[in-house]
Amino acid sequence: MSGSALVHKMVLLACLKERMVLMNFHIPELVVSAGSPEEAEKLLAAGADAVTVGDGRYALRVPGNFSMPMITDVVRIAHGQGKKVYVALNALLHQEELNGLDEYVRQLAQSKVDAVVFGDPAVLVAMQKTAPGLKRHWSTETTSTNWRTVNFWARKGASRAILARELSLEEVIGVKQQSRIPVQVQVHGMTCIFHSKRPLVSNYLHILGKGDNKQEQLMVLKENTRSGQHYPIIEDHNGTHVMSHEDICMLEHLGVLIENGIDSFYIEALGKPLSYNCQVVSVYRQAIDCLAKNPQAALDPALLDAINAVQPTERPIGTGFYFREQVY
Amino acid sequence: MTNQTRKKPELLAPAGNLEKLKFAVLYGADAVYIGGQQYGLRAKAGNFTFEDMREGVAFAHERGAKVYVAANIMAHNEDFAGMADYFQMLQKVGIDAVIVADPAIVDVCREAAPGLEIHISTQASVTNWQAVQFWAEEGIPRVVLAREVSLQEICEIKRHVDIEIEAFVHGAMCISYSGRCVLSNHMTNRDANRGGCAQSCRWKYDLFAEEEGDMHPLFAEGDETFTMSSKDLCMLEHIPEMIEAGVDSLKIEGRMKSIHYVATVVNAYRQVIDAYWDSPETFVFKPEWREEIMKAANRPLTTGFYFHQPTEDDQIFGVPPKMTAYDFAGLVLAYDEETGIATIEQRNHFKRGQEVEFIGPGRERFIQRIGEMWDEEGNSLDEAPHPMQKVLVRVEKPVKPYDLMRKEKGTT
Repeated sequence: MSGSALVHKMVLLACLKERMVLMNFHIPELVVSAGSPEEAEKLLAAGADAVTVGDGRYALRVPGNFSMPMITDVVRIAHGQGKKVYVALNALLHQEELNGLDEYVRQLAQSKVDAVVFGDPAVLVAMQKTAPGLKRHWSTETTSTNWRTVNFWARKGASRAILARELSLEEVIGVKQQSRIPVQVQVHGMTCIFHSKRPLVSNYLHILGKGDNKQEQLMVLKENTRSGQHYPIIEDHNGTHVMSHEDICMLEHLGVLIENGIDSFYIEALGKPLSYNCQVVSVYRQAIDCLAKNPQAALDPALLDAINAVQPTERPIGTGFYFREQVY
Repeated sequence: MTNQTRKKPELLAPAGNLEKLKFAVLYGADAVYIGGQQYGLRAKAGNFTFEDMREGVAFAHERGAKVYVAANIMAHNEDFAGMADYFQMLQKVGIDAVIVADPAIVDVCREAAPGLEIHISTQASVTNWQAVQFWAEEGIPRVVLAREVSLQEICEIKRHVDIEIEAFVHGAMCISYSGRCVLSNHMTNRDANRGGCAQSCRWKYDLFAEEEGDMHPLFAEGDETFTMSSKDLCMLEHIPEMIEAGVDSLKIEGRMKSIHYVATVVNAYRQVIDAYWDSPETFVFKPEWREEIMKAANRPLTTGFYFHQPTEDDQIFGVPPKMTAYDFAGLVLAYDEETGIATIEQRNHFKRGQEVEFIGPGRERFIQRIGEMWDEEGNSLDEAPHPMQKVLVRVEKPVKPYDLMRKEKGTT
C-alpha cells in the first residue's frame, strides 16, 4: 500500500497544479457495488461517491445480501459523508417475489435510500404506488442500447439510465447527447453476459451424479474446443449467470467519457476481494479528480500500474465493447 | 367458462418466406409471423420484401388469417434511420400487427404508423402481471410472455389483466431469458440481440471450481461436458390446459424451419385445438398427433417452465440423440380423380417401391409404396432424382394440391 500512497501524493500534486487552469467539467459520480456495510464503508473511504447494494431475492448478482437493517446502516454511513446508496431491485420478477414487493419498496423509501435500480416495469408500477418520491435508475443491462429507449423510460419516471455494456464508445456518447436523463456506464470489472432462470450448474452436477453439491460461489467455464478464455459462472436464487472473461478497465479513456458528459461511472465489485476493489476505487477517484479539471490531461502511468499490481493474472483487463466492432 | 363467452385461441405459426407462409395458412394457422428485411432477429431467415409481404397478406387475408411482422431487435442509435418509413410501409401493405421488444421501437412505430397494432415480444422478458398491466396501460393489446412463465402464472396474469396473452407452445428455446444473453457478442463478435445469435449456449464447456486462483475440474475424465442446450418446447398434449389458462394465441417457433416442419407441426396443433375446442368433455388425445410432431422434431422435447422449473432432464447433454426425421419428398400440384394420378413436384429424391406418406391440411396421413410413375411426357420412371422435376404418381387415396409427400430420412 505504500506504493499506492506515493501514487496518491503524486497525483494530488498534479491536480493542484491543474486547479490553476480551472476549466471545470462536470465531475462524474463514482459508484461501486458493495457486499456488506463494512465493505461499503471502506469503499466510500477509498473514494466512491455512492454504493449499490441489494438483496439477492430482488437484485441480480449482488456481491452480498443486504437485509433491511443493513441497508439502514449503510445509508447512515453514506449520508454521514454526503454520499449515496442505491438499492438494486433489478431482477426479472416472478409472482413469488412480487407478493412482498410493495412492502419492500415502502421500507426502502423509509430507510432513505437515494435511488432504486430497476429493470422490470413491475417495479415502476410498485414504486409509483408506494414510493412516488424515490428516484429510479433504469437498468436492463443487455437491452439498454439506444437513446430513444432511455427517453421512453425517462418518460415513465426513470431518473437515470444505466447503459448496456455491449455499446461502443461512440454509441454511448450518442445516447448521452440525446438522453433526457443522466447516464451511467460501467468502467471497471466483470460484466454479465448470460442470465438463465434455470439452475444450470446444479443440473450439470446432477448429470455427473454429484447430487446437491450446490455452491453459491463463482466457478469457471472454459470453452471445450477453443483454449484460453475463462468465463466465471454463478448460480443463485435468480438462476445462472455467466460473466465476461475480461475485466473492463476504462481508466485510460475516462477523459473522453468525462468530456462527453457521462454522468456516472460504475465499478463492479463482484468476484474480487475487498482489497482489490478499494485499490481500484482509489485509482479511479484520483483519475477522475484529475481529469475533471482537464479531460485531456495525460493519465499518470502510475495509476494503471496500481491496477495491474492487483489484477489477478487469470483475469485480463480490456475495454469491453467500447472499441470493438460487432456484426449481425 | 363456456365457449360462447370466450374466444377460440389463435394458432400462430412462423413463416420464413412466402412459400412457407402459404403452407402455414393452408395447414391451419390463424396467423403467421414473418420477418422483413430489417429489424428482425433472424438475419439468416429468408425474410420478406414489401412485395412478398403484399402477396403474403393477400393470400392470408383471403383465407381469414393474419400476418404479423417481427421487428424485435434491441435497436442501437444507428438503427433509427429509415425506421419510421419501414413501419409506414408495413401498415400500407396491410400487415396486421408488429412484434416489438424495444420500447424505442414501440415509440417510433406508434408515431409513424398510429393504426398499426403492436405486440410486445418475448424478447422483452415479461414475467408477471404487473409488467403486463404496464404494457396494457401503454395501449398495447397483446404481450408475448417470457418462456420462463408457468401455466399457473399465466392464469394469474389473465385473472388480473384484460389483454391478449400470447405464449409459445412449440419449438426451440433460448435457455437464457430471451434478450439477456450476449454470449455471441463476447464469443463471436456477433450481436445476439440484433439477429446475430451464434447459439453459443449449445457449445460444450468445461466447468471448474476456483480456489485462490487454482482451478479444479468439476468433471472427471470421460464425463459429459457442461452445456446449456435446451430441449425443444412441445405442449401438444397440454393444449387443453393452455386454453383453460386463457392463452389467446398459441405460438410455434421456427422462422428458419422447413416447409415440411411448418406444415406438420401446424397440422398437428390445428387438429388438437379444434378437437378440444369443439368438444372439451369428450376430448381424448390421439397418439397419432404426437407421432406426427415427432416426424418433424429436431431435438428431444420438453414442456419448458409450464409445469415446473426445468431440470437436467430438460436439457441436452452429450451427443444429441438422433431423431427419426422425415424428408419432404414431393409437393402435390394436382390430382386427377378419374385416374387416381397425382402430379408431384420433387423436393427430395424418391423412387419406385419406396414407402412414402401423404399428409394434407386437417386430415390423417396415409402410407403407400410408390408404384408406377411417369414424367410429364408420359415416359415411365424408376426414380425422381431432379429437384422441382414434375412426376406423375399413382396414389392410393385422393390427394389435393399443397398436400405433402414425405419419406423417412435415409431410406430408399
